[in-house]
Amino acid sequence: MTKTIIPIGPYHPLQEEPELFKLYCKGEIVKDVQWVTGYNHRGIEKLSESKTFEQVFFLVERICGICSTSHPFAFANCMEEIARVEIPDRAKYIRSIIGELERIHSHLLWVGLAGHFLGYNNVFMWAWKYREPVLELFEMITGNRNSYAMFKIGGVRRDIENHKIPTIRKVLDTVKEKTDLLTGAVMDDPVIHARTKGVGILTKEDIIAYGALGPTARASGVAIDVRKDDPYAAYASVHWKVITAQEGDVFAKAEVRLLEMYESISIISQCLDGLQQIKEGQVDVKVKEIPEGIGTGHAEAPRGEVFHFVKTDGSNYPVRHKIRAPSYMNIATFKKACVGQTISDATIALAAVDPCYCCTERMAYAYDYASREKILDGNELVKMGQRKTEKLRRQIKRNR
Amino acid sequence: MIFSTIIYFLIFPGLLFASIAGGFLSWFDRKVTAMVQFRKGPPVLQPFYDFLKLLLVKETILPAKGSPVVFMLMPILALVGATLACVFILLPALNITSGFNGDILVIFYLLNIPALAFILGALASGNPLASIGASRELKLIISYELTFLLILAAVIFKAGMRINLQEIIMAQADTSFIGSISGILLFIAAIFCLQAKLGYVPFDIAEAETEINHGSFIEYSGSAYALVILTKYILLFTLPVFIGTLLLGGLSFTGINIVYSLLKILAIVLLLILIRNTNPRLKIHQAMRFFFVWMNLLVIIAITLSIFGR
Repeated sequence: MTKTIIPIGPYHPLQEEPELFKLYCKGEIVKDVQWVTGYNHRGIEKLSESKTFEQVFFLVERICGICSTSHPFAFANCMEEIARVEIPDRAKYIRSIIGELERIHSHLLWVGLAGHFLGYNNVFMWAWKYREPVLELFEMITGNRNSYAMFKIGGVRRDIENHKIPTIRKVLDTVKEKTDLLTGAVMDDPVIHARTKGVGILTKEDIIAYGALGPTARASGVAIDVRKDDPYAAYASVHWKVITAQEGDVFAKAEVRLLEMYESISIISQCLDGLQQIKEGQVDVKVKEIPEGIGTGHAEAPRGEVFHFVKTDGSNYPVRHKIRAPSYMNIATFKKACVGQTISDATIALAAVDPCYCCTERMAYAYDYASREKILDGNELVKMGQRKTEKLRRQIKRNR
Repeated sequence: MIFSTIIYFLIFPGLLFASIAGGFLSWFDRKVTAMVQFRKGPPVLQPFYDFLKLLLVKETILPAKGSPVVFMLMPILALVGATLACVFILLPALNITSGFNGDILVIFYLLNIPALAFILGALASGNPLASIGASRELKLIISYELTFLLILAAVIFKAGMRINLQEIIMAQADTSFIGSISGILLFIAAIFCLQAKLGYVPFDIAEAETEINHGSFIEYSGSAYALVILTKYILLFTLPVFIGTLLLGGLSFTGINIVYSLLKILAIVLLLILIRNTNPRLKIHQAMRFFFVWMNLLVIIAITLSIFGR
């Protein structure tokens, strides 16, 4: 019996972004998976080398639309390590507030999408409706519903004035209420249990072997969280706990995300307390120049640790900027989670890691379809691009 | 005689009437779903716009690797099957003609034709996703048909061993079958069967948008898909009417009874919509277990109760 190839992608209702997973199936059972990337490569790292440090913030903010503050957060941490800058307390609190609000809206978004993937469109619509107040809060604080443009080297761009704090608290209360409702609806539904429990199990060993991060790792009992392991911004000065679950299945991942929202609400509320005790206005320090050096920065994005590495040479451009998004590590676990499961289980197991392809895509290579031999790798593609540019240049010269 | 038969099939209570009624029920479904989800919902004529757009405007693309004749024939067969079932149900139910002996079994087989035709059409398209959808649909038919047949058997038993739809309606002249415990159990099982027959969540396994891209129907487009959705409209009208006739005492279009009849159909459809909106999709083996074990058990209990006159 030959194996059927069931494609998930490159364009598929399961995912909002282009990515191809070929499921080699026997009947309904998935026997093997092939992951084909390269549909969404945008050359962000290379582009970053042609931007000034202030511009890079706006560039990395646009790597991902949903976790649009994690990348600037990590980049800011990275640049402040190079410049050896200590940012004011007020900026630390504001950074943490923005980061945690983003976690809430991202997790609500995931809950909705997971519902949609299971055919439960009510959860999809409800979760996205309850996410709306968070986005409105963002608009009030930063002026944007998404891509907030709040971060800069040495602090934040806008202050959260103290008179806005009661409104923020009120919105957080409604968000908490709605989270209670959603948590109840998801945790107590017997059909959701039947669909998600025991599906796509990743053991602790798998997580460590694949180096998975974020809620994917925490749902398998690995308490990895940069906010706790290497505290940045205001995370060291507030009380919260890392949510973990032991089962490692899709249900555990949903559980971890839902409970993390409560932790985020608690963190924000403590940060607001902190803000109230500090005088308004002092939200940044002036950074005159960036010295030569290398720096690394992490931030815990909703999907896991975002890692940035920057090398500078004393000018106002990065010489090398390396970005690693959590989905890059997490999507690889899909193979382990779905082989041996049915197609229905495979799709939700993929959705459970909350893959974000626009963060992940790095470099494409072409391969021969029949023999599966690599034809062009990264270097060769670059050389091909240079050859073509040269050809065009010569053509233009001749036409002149 | 032939003229009236053609009228019955094409106009009333057949194709035209059933598709308009089904279209409105489809709008009702979308409107209620939208209200549950804090949306506004489509205008009343939206299902008809959808149908006409697919029929007249959209291009019909034939699959390159399939068998185009079978592929295009199957939606027509499904439509004919659904319409015939509707005619055979509504003629005795509305007291236009008296039907014939054994028509309930003919209806049972006719109601199967759309699902079987969709399976053949999917397999003729040569798409791997469609073949997965077809295999799931086949498994689903195997699981819910037994339950549906047992429900029919129970109804025949309760009506005093009569296999004529009109006599079954007569037997419910004083109290409808749902007035007894066994009737309620049968109604519950029947609602889940309808859910599966209509391909609604939690039994939309054969279509499963986010898993296999609408499975069985993935290759259908343009006028062929227009016939598919027309068949679905007609089924959305026919199946609740059938259950209303079997268990809720039939329909009547005289005087105040019109309101009751409409309310019966709307209530059944509303129940279907609410189940659809409060459940995620099951996996195929879960759906099979649900029907083989739980629903069959429920119907057998109902039959046993009806033997004791409950």
